[in-house]
Amino acid sequence: MPKVSMTVNGQPVSANVDPRTLLVQFLRENLSLTGTHVGCDTSQCGCCVVHVNGEALKSCTALAISLEGAQVTTIEGLAQDGKLHPMQEAFRENHGLQCGFCTPGMIMTAVDMVRRSGGDLDEKTIRHELEGNICRCTGYHNIVKAIAAGAAAMAPAAE
Amino acid sequence: MYAFTYHRPDTARKAVNTATKAEDVKFLAGGMTLLPTMKQRLAAPAGLIDLSRCDDMRGIELKGRNVVIGAMTRHFDVANSELVREKIPALAELAGMIGDPAVRHRGTIGGSVANNDPAADYPSAVLALGATIITNKRKIAADDYFKGLFETALEEGELITKISFPIPAKAAYEKFRNPASRYAIVGVFVAKKGRDVRVAVTGAGSNGVFRAAKFEAALTANFRPKGLDGLTFSADGLNTDMHADAEYRAHLITVMTRRAVQKAISR
Repeated sequence: MPKVSMTVNGQPVSANVDPRTLLVQFLRENLSLTGTHVGCDTSQCGCCVVHVNGEALKSCTALAISLEGAQVTTIEGLAQDGKLHPMQEAFRENHGLQCGFCTPGMIMTAVDMVRRSGGDLDEKTIRHELEGNICRCTGYHNIVKAIAAGAAAMAPAAE
Repeated sequence: MYAFTYHRPDTARKAVNTATKAEDVKFLAGGMTLLPTMKQRLAAPAGLIDLSRCDDMRGIELKGRNVVIGAMTRHFDVANSELVREKIPALAELAGMIGDPAVRHRGTIGGSVANNDPAADYPSAVLALGATIITNKRKIAADDYFKGLFETALEEGELITKISFPIPAKAAYEKFRNPASRYAIVGVFVAKKGRDVRVAVTGAGSNGVFRAAKFEAALTANFRPKGLDGLTFSADGLNTDMHADAEYRAHLITVMTRRAVQKAISR
């Protein structure tokens, strides 16, 4: 089996993988990083969103071996020194979840949204940008509130 | 997904060489369609040739009166390209409407055009703008390229390297999309260049993307929504599925065409 090496949450990792191993399988099964979820497995629901080289990507629809040398950040990589990332904190504060299954993908998408569009996000932009993430519990209302708050909290730190 | 052998060449030429030597291989561009299809076991190639390291297939440049886009250029890059936004804003807008942000970070123009999904967005732009498909061996005019559902003029082992889009005087894309998949139920791309008006429709035809000749003639005479007054579109040859029936799609074609024309003239 060919070898794949990448950096996940700042740590260099490598493994021999079957070429058909998806990035999400590699993260969950090889690295035991089970925060990244598989919802629909057809790149529609967004539960599996991670950042690859700084950009949001659906990890159920990428081959691990194709990402040789990539920098990957998962939901486990957001908190620093035991302190929640501002977007995670905003989801907690605004109760931006119910069952929580979609939450890792929502948060990774939200952080990517702020990276691309800045910290001053209106409701319309947030709702539009969430087009690739599906939540079946909340009706999105608190998710949108959480992202607006998280974006504002991230803003001072943004470049 | 069934097992396959994996190849990762770093130039288009090497990719084609690998395809020539190996049996039953497919090129992997962004994988936004091919990987889900393989997961469902609807495709089971013996080998994949991953094009993600072929940097010579990426990039956007102005060549004379054409915008030339490398096949491995992602939807995100087309949507945000200053050059495309200035020269063919309708094309940048179309790219920004494909899938969702994460899909646009990975999906490519070459992958979409090679796959020719009947509900994909790019085929309508390629056809309406009269683009040229540049492969490793030849140039194919858009009118000769699309051959039906998932069928194109590409031969076995032939690789799209670039697509060249002539810059139109006016153009716009309007899409009525499926709210879950983001695919076009009906998408209409309208382009005007000199006297020539082209109208390409995606999502609606049971044989893939097509040109709406009757609308083109009417808009050549009068390039305004009013120019379409009294015209209807026949439901013959249009799709009926769980999302919309043929009559509904026929009606949407007239509505989307009018909206696209309005958008094109108000730029």
